[in-house]
Amino acid sequence: MAYDKFTVLKSSAVPMPIENVDTDQIIPARFLKATERTGFGDNLFRDWRYNPDNTPKKDFVLNNPIYSGKILVGGKNFGSGSSREHAAWAIYDYGFRCVVSSFFADIFKNNSLNIGILPVQVSPAFLDKIFRAIEADPKTELEVNLPDQTITILATGESEAFEINTYKKHNMTNGYDDIDYLQAMKEEIRAYAGKSIY
Amino acid sequence: MSQSPATLFDKVWDSHVVRKIEDGPDILFIDRHFIHEVTSPVAFLGLESRHLKVMFPEKTFATADHNTPTINQHLPVQDPLSANQLKALEVNAGKYGISHWGLGNPKNGIVHVVGPENGITLPGMTIVCGDSHTSTHGAFGAIAFGIGTSEVEMVLSSQCIMQPKPKKMRINVNGRIGKGITPKDVVLYIISRLTAAGATGYFVEFAGEVFEQMSMEGRMTVCNMSIEMGARGGMIAPDETTFNYIKGREKAPKGAAWDKALAYWKTLKTEAGATFDLEHHFEAADIEPMITYGTNPGMGMGITQHIPLAQASGGSKASYEKSLGYMGFHEDESMLGKKVDYVFIGSCTNGRIEDFRAFASIVKNRKKADHVTAWIVPGSHIVEQQIKEEGILDILTAAGFQLRQPGCSACLAMNDDKIPAGKYAVSTSNRNFEGRQGPGARTMLASPLVAAAAAVTGVVTDPRTLMAE
Ligand code: SF4
Repeated sequence: MAYDKFTVLKSSAVPMPIENVDTDQIIPARFLKATERTGFGDNLFRDWRYNPDNTPKKDFVLNNPIYSGKILVGGKNFGSGSSREHAAWAIYDYGFRCVVSSFFADIFKNNSLNIGILPVQVSPAFLDKIFRAIEADPKTELEVNLPDQTITILATGESEAFEINTYKKHNMTNGYDDIDYLQAMKEEIRAYAGKSIY
Repeated sequence: MSQSPATLFDKVWDSHVVRKIEDGPDILFIDRHFIHEVTSPVAFLGLESRHLKVMFPEKTFATADHNTPTINQHLPVQDPLSANQLKALEVNAGKYGISHWGLGNPKNGIVHVVGPENGITLPGMTIVCGDSHTSTHGAFGAIAFGIGTSEVEMVLSSQCIMQPKPKKMRINVNGRIGKGITPKDVVLYIISRLTAAGATGYFVEFAGEVFEQMSMEGRMTVCNMSIEMGARGGMIAPDETTFNYIKGREKAPKGAAWDKALAYWKTLKTEAGATFDLEHHFEAADIEPMITYGTNPGMGMGITQHIPLAQASGGSKASYEKSLGYMGFHEDESMLGKKVDYVFIGSCTNGRIEDFRAFASIVKNRKKADHVTAWIVPGSHIVEQQIKEEGILDILTAAGFQLRQPGCSACLAMNDDKIPAGKYAVSTSNRNFEGRQGPGARTMLASPLVAAAAAVTGVVTDPRTLMAE
């Protein structure tokens, strides 16, 4: 499914300074029973967000109205564990378009790029600066500039560059996806398949 | 430039690259694609909305496992949402001509158990599935890894996926493992040393005497857990053990095709002098039965040790305290003697026949502890059949255990097999994340022997104390 183009995103951010946020926390398995990809945002971080009786847990950041925005800032090793793309769908469906961390699990990073969420990997020191900036002012804005590959804390002007390969960057800025690309090279694939021993 | 010696991983990867994108991913041809009911429906919806076909339906295999009940499988599935997912898989498989081993099929079972036991998984292949434990198939010298649903759609429509080539790591374990130490302990030990993110960005080759001496099932247990140290996958070079395991299985090559394949498979090993981006060395003698005390698989320790102090954990103190708080444990405590409420043996990590043999070796002539609820779940119908034929079922029954029907079950608690909040489970599965086995459930990962010892004593117990000299 092609998705929205991503170029420059300016937004406040939601801080979640927890390490090893795994995809079972992002969306627990019991909510994976749908056969469609929408509606998962309601159950994003379900067990951290709601009590067993479905009342919101007051101390969880998504229930704190002072924090909002399209950027989620997580601790080290974000998105580990299960390959469920539902985790990325839930983050997208909730309204985030960018996740910032000092380290991402591989499958989560791929899944995010494939559906139009930009994973921005920053240094541990810069991550710390972001957390401190949000702590000082929950409304503080970050600017994620994909063409320039930079992330900036607007209040202080502090900025850092991030990595993304040229191919994925081109896809994200244009809203293309891999399936479009692969469909255009079917002959080449068929020729390869003809030589396979399997 | 002279050709530098190749690793096993390079050989398999490079031979599957259909095209390289400059400053982008490689386009990798996929030999085998497994699908199940949870991560495939949206991929099929995607195909439909783009009006695409499945390019090579004979290279994809469907089985229902994640969301299936483990009792009364002959009855209609009660939960309407689960039933709907199972139906969607059946309909999609039928519509696109994909072989489907659904609920009730004698070949049905957990995807990573079924693939190898039917000879679908072969050395030198590229194998993907919308499930992170696809790394299991690496035990055969295949490149196997988990993918997301968008990638499932890619593979269905083009038999390819796009992947940047990961870095290479080799993990060597030499020496002989001691009595009561299983492949699960070996891999939990490695993860505890590397941490849950210690291999992120890498593809791992496991090498050394310990893996050379290991059975295929043991190798599958090890490769299965490579994802739990963050690795893209793990693999072990195929050898006689591998070839003997495959020979004669239903989908394995036969006759001249076998000879041709075998000649190729024998070339699949890392050459002397090949280099890795990172290499680790461990000694078998340092490994004892393992158990986890926290909420990621890297938080494991030898069963006779004490829970490490926060500063020794490598992570932040706040995350460490959150984790121990969830488990109700404290720094520097012993785990031995802690009460156990549930025991789960099964999953694609430890749901094969050798695991049930190990479990039975401890519970034989003993009784299940009264307060323990035990879920004994074979990985497939074929395993279930073996359990019956080998007399293991009789041992289990005499000890007060019941055998359930195959499926993922309490590994991810998507069906009714959920550990209640606050309860302690010793589980042979692969993840101890918060709520993984049910909201509020507290999971301790361990081997089938440790699980058996907990089941009969009702507390965390070193299985070596229950084993004959
Ligand atoms: S047993 Fe667990 S890890 Fe294995 S395929 Fe099923 S849910 Fe995934």
